[in-house]
Amino acid sequence: MQNKLSVSTSPHIRHFDTTRGIMLDVIIALLPATVFGFVIFGWRAVLHVAICVAACLLCEFLWNVILKKPQSIGDLSAAVTGLILGLNMPTGAPFWIDIIGSVAAIIVVKQMFGGLGHNFINPAMGARIILLVSFPSFMTSFTEPLVHTVSSATPIALESTAPVSYKTLFFGMHPGAVGEVSAFLLLVGGLYLVARKVISPIIPVCFIGVTAGLTYIAGGDGLYAILSGGVMLGAIFMATDYVTSPTTKWGKAIFGIGCGIITFVIRQFGSLPEGVSYAIILMNILTPHINTLTAQKPFGYVKEGKKDE
Amino acid sequence: MKLIKKELKPLKKLRGGIHLDHHKNSENAETIVMPAPEMVYIPMSQHIGAHASSCVKKGDKVYVGTVIGEASGFVSAPVHSSVSGEVEDIIVKNIGGRDTDVAVIKSDGEMTIDPELKPFTVRKVADLTEAAKRCGLVGLGGAGFPAGVKLSLPDGVKIDTLVVNGAECEPYITSDNRELIENSKDVVEGVYLIKKIMKIDKAVIGIESNKPGAIENINELVKNHKEYDGSITVMRLPSTYPQGAEKAIIYSATGRKMPGGALPSAVGCIVMNVTSIGTLYRFIKTGMPLVRKRITIDGTAVSEPKNVSVCIGTPIKDVIDFVGGVDENADRIIMGGPMMGAPVASEDVVVEKRNNAILIMKEREKRTTTNCIRCGRCAAACPMHLYPQQVESAYNAGLKDRFSEMNVNYCMECGSCAYVCPAKRPLTEVMRIAKQTLRGKK
Repeated sequence: MQNKLSVSTSPHIRHFDTTRGIMLDVIIALLPATVFGFVIFGWRAVLHVAICVAACLLCEFLWNVILKKPQSIGDLSAAVTGLILGLNMPTGAPFWIDIIGSVAAIIVVKQMFGGLGHNFINPAMGARIILLVSFPSFMTSFTEPLVHTVSSATPIALESTAPVSYKTLFFGMHPGAVGEVSAFLLLVGGLYLVARKVISPIIPVCFIGVTAGLTYIAGGDGLYAILSGGVMLGAIFMATDYVTSPTTKWGKAIFGIGCGIITFVIRQFGSLPEGVSYAIILMNILTPHINTLTAQKPFGYVKEGKKDE
Repeated sequence: MKLIKKELKPLKKLRGGIHLDHHKNSENAETIVMPAPEMVYIPMSQHIGAHASSCVKKGDKVYVGTVIGEASGFVSAPVHSSVSGEVEDIIVKNIGGRDTDVAVIKSDGEMTIDPELKPFTVRKVADLTEAAKRCGLVGLGGAGFPAGVKLSLPDGVKIDTLVVNGAECEPYITSDNRELIENSKDVVEGVYLIKKIMKIDKAVIGIESNKPGAIENINELVKNHKEYDGSITVMRLPSTYPQGAEKAIIYSATGRKMPGGALPSAVGCIVMNVTSIGTLYRFIKTGMPLVRKRITIDGTAVSEPKNVSVCIGTPIKDVIDFVGGVDENADRIIMGGPMMGAPVASEDVVVEKRNNAILIMKEREKRTTTNCIRCGRCAAACPMHLYPQQVESAYNAGLKDRFSEMNVNYCMECGSCAYVCPAKRPLTEVMRIAKQTLRGKK
């Protein structure tokens, strides 16, 4: 063995977690809600998710090939983006919209800013907003579960006229995007991610808590506000995106609270029925500043000028 | 044991750090004494500071404990022969990037002890520092700082706590653990002696919770000592890495934060490794300087982990042969622990004073590096609360002038950041380069 000793710098051991492993955990956590969406919304839901995932992976693949960059589809981050985008699609939307959304997510929001880790807003979220402002009618007409007829609006839009029961909302038997309906299964996924230490519970807890609390204080139904609409999916899976959320504990708290406040303000005072996407995007933009504001000081830090005392 | 847990609680716990698999496979492996090898190669620089100047020449007859290199300069330490025999040659070798004199001694196999060695009487502080110097003692936890220098305090510096470091937080290594079990009396007597001579108010012996046997043993001895008055305590430290780092153990033991760039004396502490104290006490009792070292031999390619007492200057090849050779899957050898140990390029490397383990590792899985995903784990793991990822991106962007404001000089290169990184980025490596860049600038 004398001649074939390998030499490497310390540390000589590494933790087994990898980028790919983390992405895989996110996919696993989303599976229950995804399968549930497939069951209640039928084959169109399956196709939406499949097209989004495939299109996102293809965009990432082609971008790397054309720009002669190392291939990065193996890290599964594009698959996660595709999955989340697919889950945000209303079942009745035409399929070509998925492709536009995927190109927007991977090429425009992610790769043009430098690829994984360099995008300043969440790619799936950015793409959803692009679709929302470009094709508002497609993006806001949702399908009734099981019967698959087109309904006019989600329960959040119906709150004042024809509210749906908490039980229906919690388990997800109501109209909505493919993966946002079952609060229960999204929570299960969130608990899995917390248990696996992939995400910290701070952002989801602050986000959901503040949205419910403010709605209640304003005289609304706090529980209804978090069970209907996209709060669960957004708070657990999109607001916790590593790249676009703060890294410090206090930063995470500020981020979650900010998301909750903006969601509430848009829903309460804005003309839109839903505010989760905009709330997350706005807080994404503030993330670098939150990080600076809450930066940790070195252990035993002494200010330059004080050293001589 | 439950009672002990409560009673021996640390004062503070450092935020950051990581949980590692301990792999203390050799914790119950009693130390085996390895006979003198045919040849020893003793370098004149096994410490931080000026090299010792060799004071023997070809053909000289030496014994175990004979001085072969004298300390030169203030921060330096003498070097002794670890075998009896004849000086074959003084050669120049490149060790760690510096040319160093190396005494090559052919052992006669007798291990005759130098007849001039005799017990050392310690009555005052000057005697103690003299003993530490003559013993050739250096920080045996791995730093290799000459102990004689550490103990000679500048005027006006007041020390109130002696922190005895038995944390041994690196995986695999159990050398200090064995010292606390096999030579526990030397350690405890040594602590009492140093505390008394230097008139230090308190002493805290910090041992990680993954060494329950050592904790119980030392606690018993401390309490049953004839001079026991409660001023020496044993502390059961959390088994997190890097608990044994100077700043971490001082914080746990006293709750004091060492300011960046300062020495432990700035917060009224002296930190000494347990094996250092045991060695110093044995020198005072017998006159035998530091000529042997207990080495843990373990790693993924080692089937029977062992603790071996080795003559300083023994090539690691001989040590490995002594314990039964290596696995054919062996791919790399590390001197020290897996987190901070130095890689070894050839088996000609010799055992030095500050070494405490030889790890032989199998080939590891290939790692794919991805872009940083900003998970923040490196910053959360950093015991010094730095941002390794930001330093790396500044380095990649060529922004060297930002290293100073990022406080890279606080980094102790513990490896926690690179260990936790899911993107497998070379964070510790970059921190090391950044520190060197910053040092070069000043």
